Amino acid sequence: MTLSDTKEGDVVKVVKIKASSAIRQRMLDMGIIPSSEIKVERYAPLRDPIQIKIKGYSLALRVSEGNMVEVEPLA
Amino acid sequence: MMFRIAVAGNPNSGKTCLFNQMTGSNQRVGNYPGVTVEFIKGYADFSEEKVEIIDLPGTYSLTAYSQEEIVARDFIVNERPDVIVNVVDASNLERNLYLTTQLLELHVPIIIALNMVDVAEKKGHTIDADKLSAILGIPVIPTVASRGKGLDKLEAACLQIIKNKTLPKAVTYSHELQHVLPELTEAVCRYPELCGNFPPRWAAVKLLEDDEVLLAKMKELESASVLEKELQAAKALIHAHSNEDSATAVVEARYGFASGAAKEVTHMSEVSKRMLTDHIDRIVCNRILGPVILCAVVYILFEFVFGCAEGNWIPTSFTFDSFSSPVGLLETFFEWLSSLVNTNIATPWLQSLLSDGIIGSVGSVMGFVPLIFFMFLFIAILEDSGYIARVAFIMDRVLRVFGLQGKSILAMIVSGGLGAGGCAVPGVMATRTLREEKDRLVTILVAPFMNCGAKMPVYAMLIAAFFAKSRGLMMFALWLISWALALCCAFFLRKFVVKGEQTPFVMELPVYHVPTIKGILMDTWHRTYMFIKKAATIILAISVIMWALMYYPRLDTAPMTKGIAAAAENLRQKTAATPYAVLFAGDELDKTIEEADNPGSIQSQEQLHKQRKAFVKQLELYKADENSKVPEAVVAFERFTKQKDVVVNNFAEQQLLHSFAGRLGKILTPLSEFAGFSWRENIALIGGFAAKEVVLGTMGTAYALGRDTVDKPEPLSKIIQHDPSWNKLRAFVFLIFIMAYAPCIVTLAAIKKETGKWRWALFSTAYSTTLAFILATIIYQIGLLFY
Repeated sequence: MTLSDTKEGDVVKVVKIKASSAIRQRMLDMGIIPSSEIKVERYAPLRDPIQIKIKGYSLALRVSEGNMVEVEPLA
Repeated sequence: MMFRIAVAGNPNSGKTCLFNQMTGSNQRVGNYPGVTVEFIKGYADFSEEKVEIIDLPGTYSLTAYSQEEIVARDFIVNERPDVIVNVVDASNLERNLYLTTQLLELHVPIIIALNMVDVAEKKGHTIDADKLSAILGIPVIPTVASRGKGLDKLEAACLQIIKNKTLPKAVTYSHELQHVLPELTEAVCRYPELCGNFPPRWAAVKLLEDDEVLLAKMKELESASVLEKELQAAKALIHAHSNEDSATAVVEARYGFASGAAKEVTHMSEVSKRMLTDHIDRIVCNRILGPVILCAVVYILFEFVFGCAEGNWIPTSFTFDSFSSPVGLLETFFEWLSSLVNTNIATPWLQSLLSDGIIGSVGSVMGFVPLIFFMFLFIAILEDSGYIARVAFIMDRVLRVFGLQGKSILAMIVSGGLGAGGCAVPGVMATRTLREEKDRLVTILVAPFMNCGAKMPVYAMLIAAFFAKSRGLMMFALWLISWALALCCAFFLRKFVVKGEQTPFVMELPVYHVPTIKGILMDTWHRTYMFIKKAATIILAISVIMWALMYYPRLDTAPMTKGIAAAAENLRQKTAATPYAVLFAGDELDKTIEEADNPGSIQSQEQLHKQRKAFVKQLELYKADENSKVPEAVVAFERFTKQKDVVVNNFAEQQLLHSFAGRLGKILTPLSEFAGFSWRENIALIGGFAAKEVVLGTMGTAYALGRDTVDKPEPLSKIIQHDPSWNKLRAFVFLIFIMAYAPCIVTLAAIKKETGKWRWALFSTAYSTTLAFILATIIYQIGLLFY
């Protein structure tokens, strides 16, 4: 499951980032690293981008980028 | 020597606010050599010690991800500031400390300004600054930059560090990294040219991180293969231990360090409060309310900028009964200056150069300043409050289709995207909020297609002449076409000219906060000042050239003088027997003409003055009702002034045709006929390069020739309407051309300033003019088949 498969309000854990260098670096720098916790806040009016809460702050990323983030639901 | 302090930190950490508090108004804007990233330097006194403070660009990291990050890290190691003040947002500690670990890696003196402790407390977090200082091994000073709290302590700590030259401890990474680093560092040490001024351990970490700049440098090394082998070995080892690639492992190690430190020093109250920002976002980013609020904000932006700059709100008398606008006041001032030149300088070319060429162009630039100022002011408020990021969030999906980005919408609206005036100059400058170079460039290149205020008079004239019945529909069509044009061009530019992958959109949505007045005003002033300084020089030079093109070479004025003299002689003969004859003799004629145009302007001898007053009254009566009984002399004078106007207008047009611009217009005719333009339109369009308003005036002059206006003086729209060579098709084609062709020179100057390259300003001119011509030709040729 990827970040883009989540629903508003879901809480998930990052498993892996499957992006290429520049985008991956950016995601890592912004705190999207394996085992960090993500809360899906909402989707934009056209269901893209996604607003998430990570490491205590709000981050927006596109669905195409969310596809690159493998996540698993946090029980 | 003056001490130097560099301020580094995340965007939205209050970094610039702290910088403003430290330096006050003593600031200067500069550019890093070779890049368009701007930086601000300031000066301050720290207990008798003069220091220079540099505001580094805000970054989340120090990789090679963006130009800002490269600039920041290069500055730190190459310029060696005496101390780095790292502004850390206490309410967002973990991610901010991630940058701190990277600064520590550079092994330079650092102090942490633990900023926004008040916001953290509201969130329910108390942070132990002393403990953090102990963990990191560097001083940590709690501050609230927006209220100036903690600044004295910060200054004292800076001086202390500068005096002792204390360096921080090396960062302790995860087990796997610590394991491979010593060996790799040693390997890197053998290549001093690889590290430059950077510490070897840092270079080793960056190689593990696949840093593009360092990898490129490594490729250039003579014996790169040896190092490369060692690097691969280290990477393999990390992968074997952690099951992660080395870049992820490095970032994880840093975050491990940062979150460990953050957890240890943060005391959370029992229930971590849901912050105000989350509540606001629930409304502002809402699927239905979000776009509605965005529309409202954009509308207010538009009304605010143009209302403040062009609305009449500045009282011009002490009794508050007359008001003017900032733009209006500036215009009045430059008109006054120009009339001052006209009355005091007799040499015709110098008079024209000063009043039309120089004062005219500087005046037109200054006329933009209020617009730019208020636009920057509003944008700064939106930016500092945190709303701009939400605009990007809401609009991204729509504009991405065309290769643009959410924030592009602001530039388009300011440029005139609402269809009711606007200006591409502040529009181009509003692209500042776009951090992504390529998206920004494309936005800059398409924003001038919007219908700015200067195009409106031309539209109004042509619509009045040919589409008077469907006025609203026509304006709506023009608005729609301008957007279609801009979005299509954006799409193709992104595909063929500004190529490359779409930049990632991983963007922080910062916590909302009320911007400080001081910060907003300083920011606005800096940006406005930069525009005045840079644009004014460029515009002045181009305007003088444009002026010379339209002014030279000169025609002999003798035929005109002769024509006027003949008309005057005729007048004198007809009125010789009347009591008014004395008013038309010699010099008195000029005074009478002026009094007729401007009643009450002449202070001549008492008797003559009385006579003149009586004459002007008769003249006015005559003008109001041609059938009233009036003396012969009045009719003769009226005929004379009309004859004189014809002579002067004819000369002006012949002169225009004779000028370089006129010749160019004639030369271009064979080409422009494909689009249905005669030499008259060509000259007007050439003049329009200077400013779109010029088109109307120049056309007026161009259409004055050979027209018998003695009996019926007509406005331009009437002249064109009755001209057999004009029709709806030509008018429509001309409208489209005006919309699409080259941006005016002030916009070009703004494009040059924003992109840092003349190349883009020239490209913008070339592609939009070519496109406009192709469009006009296609529409005209197809239209001819049906019309």
